[in-house]
Amino acid sequence: MAVTYDAASGADFSAFLAKGKDGRASLDLLVRGARCAGCLGKIERAVGELPGVESARLNLTSGKLSVGFAGPTGDPAAVIAALDKLGYPATPYDPGQAQIAHDREGRRLILALAVAAFGAMNTMMFSVPLWAGLFGQELGPATKQVMMWLSGAVGAPCAIYAGMPFFQSAWRSLKGGRANMDVPISIGVILTLVISFSETFLNGRDAYFDAAVMLLFLLLVGRWLDHVLRGKARSAAADLLAMQAPTATRLDGEGRERAIPLADVRPGDRLRVRPGERIPVDGVLEDGRSEIDNSLLTGESAPETVAPGDACRAGALNLSGLLTLRAGARSDDSALAAIARLVEAGAQNRSRYVRLADRAAALYVPVVHTVAALTFAGGWALGLGPREAMIRAVAVLIVTCPCALGLAVPAVQVAASSRLFRRGVLVKSGAALERLAEVEHVVFDKTGVLTEGRPELIEADPAVVARVAPLARASRHPLARAVARAAGEGPTASEIIEHAGHGVEGLVDGRRARLGRAAFVGAPTLKQGETELWFGVEGETPVRLRFADRLRADAAGTVAALKARGLTVEILSGDLAGAVGEAAAAVGVSDWRAGLTPEEKAEAVDRLSANRKVLMIGDGLNDAAALARAHAAIAPGSALEASQNAADLVLSGQELGAVVEALDVARSARRRALENFGFAAVYNLLAAPAAMLGFVNPFVAAIAMSGSSLVVTLNALRVGGRR
Amino acid sequence: MNIVFVLAPLSLALGAGAVVAFLWTLRAGQYEDVRGAAERILIDDEDGPGL
Repeated sequence: MAVTYDAASGADFSAFLAKGKDGRASLDLLVRGARCAGCLGKIERAVGELPGVESARLNLTSGKLSVGFAGPTGDPAAVIAALDKLGYPATPYDPGQAQIAHDREGRRLILALAVAAFGAMNTMMFSVPLWAGLFGQELGPATKQVMMWLSGAVGAPCAIYAGMPFFQSAWRSLKGGRANMDVPISIGVILTLVISFSETFLNGRDAYFDAAVMLLFLLLVGRWLDHVLRGKARSAAADLLAMQAPTATRLDGEGRERAIPLADVRPGDRLRVRPGERIPVDGVLEDGRSEIDNSLLTGESAPETVAPGDACRAGALNLSGLLTLRAGARSDDSALAAIARLVEAGAQNRSRYVRLADRAAALYVPVVHTVAALTFAGGWALGLGPREAMIRAVAVLIVTCPCALGLAVPAVQVAASSRLFRRGVLVKSGAALERLAEVEHVVFDKTGVLTEGRPELIEADPAVVARVAPLARASRHPLARAVARAAGEGPTASEIIEHAGHGVEGLVDGRRARLGRAAFVGAPTLKQGETELWFGVEGETPVRLRFADRLRADAAGTVAALKARGLTVEILSGDLAGAVGEAAAAVGVSDWRAGLTPEEKAEAVDRLSANRKVLMIGDGLNDAAALARAHAAIAPGSALEASQNAADLVLSGQELGAVVEALDVARSARRRALENFGFAAVYNLLAAPAAMLGFVNPFVAAIAMSGSSLVVTLNALRVGGRR
Repeated sequence: MNIVFVLAPLSLALGAGAVVAFLWTLRAGQYEDVRGAAERILIDDEDGPGL
């Protein structure tokens, strides 16, 4: 049986078409590699000229191409083929997923921000004359009253609307029996508004409407930046996953292939799995023989041979043969998803972590509120009168400035995350950075983390590689690809026939040559458990090529850099002792354990966590539970979805060295955040007595508030890692 | 002094106009692809929509 399995264009991707309101079809694709105006023009023109395509628009920021078809159906495969020909690999994007991008929280924040900006600017218009009055400029009492009323009419509604996100969050946290940073902010804003109104009504001295709105505006800026950055990291992580295993190929009654979204696979479906693809769901093999690579599931790097009747688990990589699989479970119920649930359970450990800002709030709230209450009680007792005492108490609340505190951490985290984002490290939450900074012990997984996680040619004679390369270039098999990579660019053999599950055959220098399994080439297999490929030319003795999962180039350097930062390093792997020991020696780690099951890994991390803060770096499903239990966790971008979900940080690049950079930035961010708290504390020690003595008026409050916010933000920008 | 009662609403109206305009640009998706918009002006659309 000779099949060419380079038949991606034969698959039917029509399940990814979305129907618009006018009945026309549209398609969302994730396009990789488009960076400039040239790419943009080329892609849009090429796709736009395809028959049946009405419009094509590429979003250069997100890398998504939206294709609109003229009729109710379209040919996604033609679009993908056209993009492939231009050199931009494209993946269809689940229509459901594009809808999720619709981001309600972000819209609410930006609305609040716009209203606060309007309020801050326009209240200022009435505040400037009032401030001028403070410095002895002429301002009649009637005019002053008008200005105060106008200031309240504009400022108060804006403050109430813009403050909603804070009020709601404060209410939620109070109901949960805790006080987060939003509690003092909310109390401050509400009391300020109440006092300002009563002062305005009683024709009093000062009103602080402008301070309330400005406070909210500055805080919203920080909060919105934080939201945007996290959204960016989330969607980048989703894109990484979409590129991995977006589809399964289902065979219909007549044996035609249709690509369907993973979520649509039903038990009993017949699925086709090409070499180089991952098994989409748990199932039983119906047809075809192959080796499958379970390294993401168990950590074991030696491939396993499978034959019809064998069970396959979701997430395993098909190495050589064309397989037909009878689906045994839906994607949600597969082994993969079962581990994902295990992860969720483990992640609750981590939710007990109290964030720095909340710890500061827990200190700050009682102190400041006690001082304000004492100011009121003391002022009244010392004969100031209840009204003046109340004004001073509110002044204390305003100038002690939850503003600097509210910005102290978010500003630092935004600066740190965006710095890491540019270096290809996706930070999933601000708390993740704080936990990463505290880490003392690092646990590495071996396969796919310290190693490349894909077979590479080893111990190869360059002359042999050069002879094999033309044949290897013609195949999509992962091992052949490894040979092609090792050989570089060059000619391709002619008259290629791929024998599924066996190898590839073609003409090299006018002679028939074969590349594939030992039996296919006519050679004996020498050693079990090693990944090998044989190459034979008519009338010559076959040559053996060996493959192994090679260490990443910067693995040893990364381990050394971590040790230099005072961390202890350990390897926990599910692979065989020989392979793990070799890798451990090569990277300079003396502490390692091999042959661990996922549960043993998780237990080991638990035991380590008892007296140390552990950072786990792993990619496989067998790591997912351990990732979720560690104090902080990092997964490379090649990791399966469950592991990426369990990790706090995802490395989108190929370099392991990014771990060190992430650690440096996290530590530096922690220093900056603590400095900001220190600054806020010193500032409050000066401002609170001033307010108690009645030296604070609206002008001083406005200057102090924006000044301290500015200092805190500028300090946050100093976040950086030493290289 | 009475001029304040004209100027204040006027400036508030201008400010509100700016907020509405901003929300309109937001809804029209003008911030969806900031990089793309910057690069797009470099494309010569010789076969683009004839104006």
